[in-house]
Amino acid sequence: MEIATKKEDSAVVVSVTGRIDAVTAPEFEKELLALMAGGDYTLVLNLTSLEYISSAGLRSILSAAKQLKAKDGKMLFAGLQGPVKDVFKISGFGSLFKIFETEEEALRQI
Amino acid sequence: MSQFPTEMRVPATLASLQTLLEFVTSCAERRGVGQARIREIELVMEELLVNIFNYAYPERPGDVEVACRLDNTGGLVVEIADEGIPFNTLNQKDPDREAGIDERTVGGLGIFFVKRLIRDIRYRREGGRDILTLTVDPAPAPP
Repeated sequence: MEIATKKEDSAVVVSVTGRIDAVTAPEFEKELLALMAGGDYTLVLNLTSLEYISSAGLRSILSAAKQLKAKDGKMLFAGLQGPVKDVFKISGFGSLFKIFETEEEALRQI
Repeated sequence: MSQFPTEMRVPATLASLQTLLEFVTSCAERRGVGQARIREIELVMEELLVNIFNYAYPERPGDVEVACRLDNTGGLVVEIADEGIPFNTLNQKDPDREAGIDERTVGGLGIFFVKRLIRDIRYRREGGRDILTLTVDPAPAPP
């Protein structure tokens, strides 16, 4: 798993490549928490290059989202592909978060 | 089919996850299972194995054994066994998938994925072992 972040005017875009599984989820969650600790409360997760996510990854997302909500922040998603899209759908996460086709679209909605 | 049955026994810790996933993926590939379905099988295996790593051996280290074999119709059967405390993970309640962010939990979600992606999965306790038997349909789960 690789994580790249970039600051836009209205949000921080977090792009994740590879796999978020039970092994990598703690590192992913740590990265999200570090952004929040730095005062970034609007996050766009660009998952275009994410190949795989398990319930461990969803747990990290949910944990970060709960903390963001407490700060009046939000988390948006963009670019979900095949298996990741399926997991969001099966889990009901698809209706819990705003999901956009592209990062640009997500940024326009903020 | 001399490549089957085949099995692997490793310590029941997160450090074994990758090895076990590669093992099962290779079994599925040898049975001609497509990449999309292999991704689903990987997810199922991760959820079941991580449960075992986390809960099967609360007081001592132990092993997990994964075996691939073929049933009498040539279908792939995967068996996961541990010698830990008896626990039927399939009895877990499905999570509430409609709750809002504050009320939402992820408990039970992994097993929900498993049941959604594998039609035929059984639990039994035998000879001091918890055994899960998965009959793997070669086609991806219907949407």
